[in-house]
Amino acid sequence: MARGERVTSFDARAVRADTPMMKRVVNGRPLTYLDSASSSLPPRAVIEAISRYYELHHANVHRGVYTTANEATEIFEGARVAVADFIHAPGGAEEVVFTHGTTESFNLLAKSWGAANLREGDVVLVSEMEHHANIVPWFQLRETTGIEVRFIPVGDDYRLDLTDIDRLMDGVRLLSVTGMSNVLGTINPLGELAALAHRHGALFAVDGAQSIAHLPTDVAALDIDFLAFSAHKMLGPTGLGVFWTRREILADMPPFLGGGGMILDVRTDGYTPASGPTRFEAGTPAIAETAGLSAAIRYLNGLGMDNVAAHEHELTIDALERLEKEFSGRVRVIGPADATSRGGVLSLDVEGVHPHDVAQILDQYGVCVRPGHHCAKPLMRRFGLAATARASFGPYSLTSDTDVLIEALGEAVSLFA
Amino acid sequence: MTMSNLDDLYREIILDHYRTPRNRGELESPPAVRVEGFNPLCGDELVLYLVVEDGVVTNIKMTGHGCSISQASSSLMSVAVKGKSLPEVETVMERFKEMMTLKERSLDENGEEAPLDLRSLGEIAALAGVVKFPVRIKCATLAWKTLAEAVAEASSN
Repeated sequence: MARGERVTSFDARAVRADTPMMKRVVNGRPLTYLDSASSSLPPRAVIEAISRYYELHHANVHRGVYTTANEATEIFEGARVAVADFIHAPGGAEEVVFTHGTTESFNLLAKSWGAANLREGDVVLVSEMEHHANIVPWFQLRETTGIEVRFIPVGDDYRLDLTDIDRLMDGVRLLSVTGMSNVLGTINPLGELAALAHRHGALFAVDGAQSIAHLPTDVAALDIDFLAFSAHKMLGPTGLGVFWTRREILADMPPFLGGGGMILDVRTDGYTPASGPTRFEAGTPAIAETAGLSAAIRYLNGLGMDNVAAHEHELTIDALERLEKEFSGRVRVIGPADATSRGGVLSLDVEGVHPHDVAQILDQYGVCVRPGHHCAKPLMRRFGLAATARASFGPYSLTSDTDVLIEALGEAVSLFA
Repeated sequence: MTMSNLDDLYREIILDHYRTPRNRGELESPPAVRVEGFNPLCGDELVLYLVVEDGVVTNIKMTGHGCSISQASSSLMSVAVKGKSLPEVETVMERFKEMMTLKERSLDENGEEAPLDLRSLGEIAALAGVVKFPVRIKCATLAWKTLAEAVAEASSN
């Protein structure tokens, strides 16, 4: 079914025109990219920033004296400032640590802050809707320290069940929850959870991997203590992530990985770690990628994160309504039916068709969706599912993408009927 | 739009075995050998029960879940090996393995029909189209890898 594009708060077609990958033709069809929850497609500005870095400025960062080494350092440190501004870090760039991604950021949190501050019997409270990156490092820390890892249940409405939260908070030193579920699309009430954690004397960490590209993020206004996210989910390059915490917490965190770049001094009898973010950045960092991240942040700021959120909200309302209308229950969306506090992630359960078969058939229409457990096995178990086929929107998504999705899903349903 | 690739993958025999899988169920173990197979990437799971008496597969049953390719492959496999002697089972396993390593080119050269050497595989030849979809090969091979383990275990008993 064809219909005119709805007018939204910014021109998503212009974003699409800025995105080279969108020109791809796959299996004779234009690419319908519905996998932004896995990784987003970078605009030309990001790709060019990385190219320009390698063509003009490449050198190792820090300690260099020559001109291009200074330029590389300025690009790298400039990205720290851009990130700090983007998330409204109260202490500025000195609070921003570059990692290889959200997963490494959580390992840094667990293995540096967690190992130094948590003792046997202390509780880390996560939720049933977490990505494995916010579960496995806590289980690993449990093996060495004897902490308890506790889970906030997810209700039948696909939202956190906070009815028993005060009992669950007993003994909790850290509450660590996703900003937006990568499976359900559920947007969690971060301000409320931060207040809850602080009322119980706990700190509050947020997995921003999904929310960073789809909602405005203000760590100061939300009063959160730790934030982790990846560049490649926010139109930036792969291999680069961010760990943010308040300056006074960072100052007390012991080094995580050891090596070059993270030291103040090394002698034959020991070493003294550097202070500030570099203490956690052992080895040559992803430099070109920071040029790409700065460009991605400029691009997102140009769009306006409020506009991005509003656009994806419209797409989600439209898709939820039409999936229900077209398939009357044969295609079930695993996630809140109400688009309020819900992002553009649609986990689909197609009656009688395995998610891998759904994704295979959709690929013939050039439609990119992701089948599997989405690194959230506790959540899948909670709803008795082995896998779903997940479609997700980005700022370049249009209602015409939903048209193609529905056409291809129709083929999957009829082939297996 | 051409859907020929998809038709190669989802042949009627495959859809039939997916909708109506043969030899589903459990067997008492022992005497049956019980082996589990996993495809951690897809989450496919398979539990295979195999009874070998006097060198012959006298019974085979399976439980588990997975995509149409993995489910049809295990159903087709069970039909192909039930009642066969162990040397015959080895031959079928070998032929299936060869089919999964065929290059897409060799299929196309023979047109729509399966190449002659695939005919000896009977219904299993319906899985030949899977090689056009490299990521799905492991879906098709799960049942056979699990069978190989079960045969090895039964033979060592």
